[in-house]
Amino acid sequence: MKPFRIILGLFCLLVAVWLIMPTLVVIPMSFNDKKSLAFPPSGFSWQWYANFFTNPEWSNSLLNSLKVASIVAVVATFIGTLAALGLSRMKHSGAGILRAILITPMVVPGVVLAIGIYAVYLNYQLVGTTFGFVLAHTMLAIPFVIIAVSASLEVFDVRLETAAASLGANRFTAFRTITLPLIAPGMLSGLLFAFVTSFDEIIVALFITSPYLKTLPVQIFTSITRDADPTVAAVGTIIFFATSLVIAAGLIIGSKSKRS
Amino acid sequence: MNQTIDTTTAGGSDPRPAGRAASEPRRWRLADYPSLLTVPAILLLIAAMAYPLLTIVLRSFSEPEWSLQNYVWFFSTPVNLTVLARTFSISAWVTIVCVIAAYPYAYLMTTVGPRMRLVLIMCVLVPFWVSGVVRTLAWVILLQDSGVINSTLKAIGFSSIRLIRTQTGVVIGMAQVLLPFMILPLYSVMRGIDLRLVQAARSLGARPALAFLQVYLPLSLPGVFAGAIIVFILSLGFYITPALLGGPRSTMLSTLVQSQVLSLLNWGRGGTMGVVLLVSTFVLLAVAAPLMRQRHKQASRS
Repeated sequence: MKPFRIILGLFCLLVAVWLIMPTLVVIPMSFNDKKSLAFPPSGFSWQWYANFFTNPEWSNSLLNSLKVASIVAVVATFIGTLAALGLSRMKHSGAGILRAILITPMVVPGVVLAIGIYAVYLNYQLVGTTFGFVLAHTMLAIPFVIIAVSASLEVFDVRLETAAASLGANRFTAFRTITLPLIAPGMLSGLLFAFVTSFDEIIVALFITSPYLKTLPVQIFTSITRDADPTVAAVGTIIFFATSLVIAAGLIIGSKSKRS
Repeated sequence: MNQTIDTTTAGGSDPRPAGRAASEPRRWRLADYPSLLTVPAILLLIAAMAYPLLTIVLRSFSEPEWSLQNYVWFFSTPVNLTVLARTFSISAWVTIVCVIAAYPYAYLMTTVGPRMRLVLIMCVLVPFWVSGVVRTLAWVILLQDSGVINSTLKAIGFSSIRLIRTQTGVVIGMAQVLLPFMILPLYSVMRGIDLRLVQAARSLGARPALAFLQVYLPLSLPGVFAGAIIVFILSLGFYITPALLGGPRSTMLSTLVQSQVLSLLNWGRGGTMGVVLLVSTFVLLAVAAPLMRQRHKQASRS
């Protein structure tokens, strides 16, 4: 039994290295002082970070992405939560089919969706518009919100609302004071998923982008295909640390609220 | 005002709640039709998914004129068939690699202590913390001829191997992206397996390998199926990783769709390829869904 555990451990170590290596390799590359992507990097400099924040091509794409992703997160959470509430209260067999339909954006191949949306947007002059991006990304984000909110609704006991009503609360009060706080964690994780879905979306964005409206992933993609620019590594490192901060904050808040 | 909000938000599972509502005369209430809450989502899906997909399907038949010519062209051009077959074989390889890597990993996650388990889960989640495109760049850095893997190989005395712009490179990169989708469902199934069943088999005289094959493996299969289906379907539509890591000999269907539409402006042929990709995906889902459900039932029965 013992040698088996050792082999298993070594194998899993290898898998773990495979999983995290791409993340780890990006961080040193971002401090490269030459414009190259050869590993190991030489020297040390902050110039790619400076380039990211001062070069308007990069900073504009970051702002565009933040703007689109924020709107998408709010809209998708609202529409997705409504849909999840509706699904959870449907009794007949249609609910399963409706749920399956609502999460299809997750399985439709990205390129097929992208050329379809591109075709429609060309007709309606939506290529390169914020509205176009928000519309497409909200559609892609809604399944994640529905899944997240549905998960918290599954453990939600509907009788709590009935109890509130029997104590004299009207339906809106019951919803606001009972249901909403209980599904809030699900909504929050849906909000985060929706934000990330939009912030990270590249395939549809590559088609509906224009020189005037580029999102960050599109800018990264063009930069990779054009030349070896370590700015991409700097962007990756910034996103990595920003995400780590958000997750750490979430864990701390989560453990605090559990204790109290 | 309050009344309208009232009815949209309240529970439809209880048609006659206590309180004011019951004493009111019966009227048409939104709460009786909870499916109406899904209308905004449905409308959005129609506008941003169904309508675009319908446009593509129509164009595959209608451009340049109404006929089946694009489909005849697709299935009679050897290059297309090669790429179609390659798309399926790369997806199959990615799925196999994911199963082989994820199975022991998920198993280890169920057997270690909580602290070690947290570390293992972190390793699965960390890849998500870097933007997907950046991760592909990292793979370029790792796989290129002067990259990390080849330098390491040379340092320990092996000859370097060509990874970038090969199918092997594409599979390595894609499998890393998709591995979490395999590990997580596997872990959630394995966590529910009662290990006493394996002990019982052992106490009845089964050797460890036999106990594993006859008891543990069948019980964990639902997780393998679920993960494999997700990984395979997501692989079929991969676009960015093969485009950046692959070469002309590892083109996948997605890349071909993109070049037909954006470079050649041939919507009919591009649309046809898209429809082929779409239909393959949904046929696979339709075949796999009942299979998965059946497996689930079996697992819960035992």
